[in-house]
Amino acid sequence: MLKSTGVPEREQLDAVTPPASRRSKGPVAMFECFERIPCDPCYHACKHGAVKEFLDICDVPEVDFERCTGCGLCVVACPGLAIFILDETPSDHAVVGLPYEMLPVPEPGQEVTLLDREGRELGKGEVSQVSRPRVGSGTLLVKLKIPKEMVQDVRSFRLERGTP
Amino acid sequence: MRIERHPILTFTKGAKVQFYFEGEPLEGYEGEPIAAALHAAGIRCLRHSPVRNRPRGFFCAIGNCSSCLMVVDGVPNVRVCVEKLRAGMDVRRQKGKGDLNVSD
Amino acid sequence: MFRTELAVVGAGPAGLSAALAASECGVDTLIVDNGSTPGGQLVKQTHKFFGSKAEHAGTRGIHIARLLAGELQRSPQVEYWSESTALGYYEDQVLLVEREGRAHAVHCDALVVATGAAERHMVFPGNDLPGVYGAGAVQTLMNVHGVKPGERVLIVGAGNIGLIVSYQLLQAGVRVAAVVEASRYIGGYAVHASKLRRLSVPILTSHTVKEAHGHEQVERATVWQIDETFTGVPGTEIEFEVDVICLAVGLSPVTDLLCQIGCKMKYVPELGGYVPIRNENMQTTRSEVFVAGDASGVEEGSSAMLTGRLAGYAAAAYLGKCPDFQNKRAECQRALDALRAGPSGQKVRAGLSVVVSMEAGTC
Repeated sequence: MLKSTGVPEREQLDAVTPPASRRSKGPVAMFECFERIPCDPCYHACKHGAVKEFLDICDVPEVDFERCTGCGLCVVACPGLAIFILDETPSDHAVVGLPYEMLPVPEPGQEVTLLDREGRELGKGEVSQVSRPRVGSGTLLVKLKIPKEMVQDVRSFRLERGTP
Repeated sequence: MRIERHPILTFTKGAKVQFYFEGEPLEGYEGEPIAAALHAAGIRCLRHSPVRNRPRGFFCAIGNCSSCLMVVDGVPNVRVCVEKLRAGMDVRRQKGKGDLNVSD
Repeated sequence: MFRTELAVVGAGPAGLSAALAASECGVDTLIVDNGSTPGGQLVKQTHKFFGSKAEHAGTRGIHIARLLAGELQRSPQVEYWSESTALGYYEDQVLLVEREGRAHAVHCDALVVATGAAERHMVFPGNDLPGVYGAGAVQTLMNVHGVKPGERVLIVGAGNIGLIVSYQLLQAGVRVAAVVEASRYIGGYAVHASKLRRLSVPILTSHTVKEAHGHEQVERATVWQIDETFTGVPGTEIEFEVDVICLAVGLSPVTDLLCQIGCKMKYVPELGGYVPIRNENMQTTRSEVFVAGDASGVEEGSSAMLTGRLAGYAAAAYLGKCPDFQNKRAECQRALDALRAGPSGQKVRAGLSVVVSMEAGTC
């Protein structure tokens, strides 16, 4: 259970996963925000009106996936680092976008160990893009090329020692 | 034990200075708390308690709890978590309650 | 004697917000703070704040400190004394302040006490060894002074502070062996816990520290499981090779000054300990004395800024300088109610229900 493990349950995840019809069209954000806490920066970060205005600041975000462009501004604005970008449109792989606030800074092309929500190793992936949107005040948006079947599981990564 | 690089923070430091811990020369940065300079040099035991002679380090690091009292330039009961480092300071572990050294 | 209309003790989020609100109303204000830079504990908060945009949500605490300090500099009516300690406040409305080794008497027409909170300790054998540090101390050492607290850390307490400090340790390149939490549930926000789990940090609920081992400093910690009565279960011990045990087991309001003044106090566990009885305007039982921030009950930095602003406006109103007080008050209260809504604010709401009282003065 989320409040005793820190790991969301499958049903919770299913409820916030963007529909397959939307995922097949292009990158889209997945909000893994399940708890009523006072917080609204995702609403203010979104330039596309995809996050509905909070009537109560403790509401969990309500996302209009059709408006979401998968730009990732909310990913780096979220104080809880709870938003991820999923892109399942490439034919032979998927891309997941993650917030990153550690050192060293990864470089495109670098191999990484993919980790799930419990920090368990899933396999290898490759850094495809690293950006530093201003709204994140230091939080990076890191995109990883990953095996297609892992798109619902990869939520973290570890840099391999010895690689650039 | 200094943080060389940090993903979010940059640290501004004063000039590198020498000071003395138990008579031995150490280096630290001017203006940082004495306790920070000692910790960076791997020194955590700052005094010994009055009754059971137990080793003590700091606890709160903001001058509230008095766990870090040392003898600095001959003055006992200095809270080294907030006392700023200066060149040439003589810093010693305090044993017990410290002596006020009232001269008159 | 130094004279000021309003004296504010503490330059953390609450004190700064109070001073800025009062000066906005044209009140001459003096802030007295024992730190060397304004911001209080904000200066070590590298994480982004929650709350609403109006309270700087999404902004890192360190940057909020800079924003408030900038506003402070631009307010000609606020004087700020750093490295100054408030020693006592007396019947003739004199605040005694130690500054640069000398005692200064400050006469004020109103006073805001925003002295913050102090970390709690915890009982276990070896708890006095060097290396058993408060979570705030760990933050100060690494985020303000750039010194690693150790190589491998055990965190005690999975409230927001324990979880946030664990993450900050990883950012500083320090390993976190585990987070142990006595309760069955993680007390802090789930998003903070999830962040750690993704980085392979275990969180052990229903576990606590049994003993710290070491000669001159912490070398090892024994953790064990506890049952529903919070009693250790023999045979469940786990050993951790750590050189720091970081205690994040809660805060207590710093109320020495309020007690010395003679404000009526009440023990409210939900708010962290003894807190002053006050009315809805943060006014204590001594009519010219107001309270703000964690000194009025332990909450979050965002609510400290709001109770600070409220106390600042209320003090200005008390001095006859805030004609629009009812509107300003309502605005602060709305934002506070929003922050305290939801399950995470339940404890605070319960605490406030017994301490906000008509016994306190009316302004």
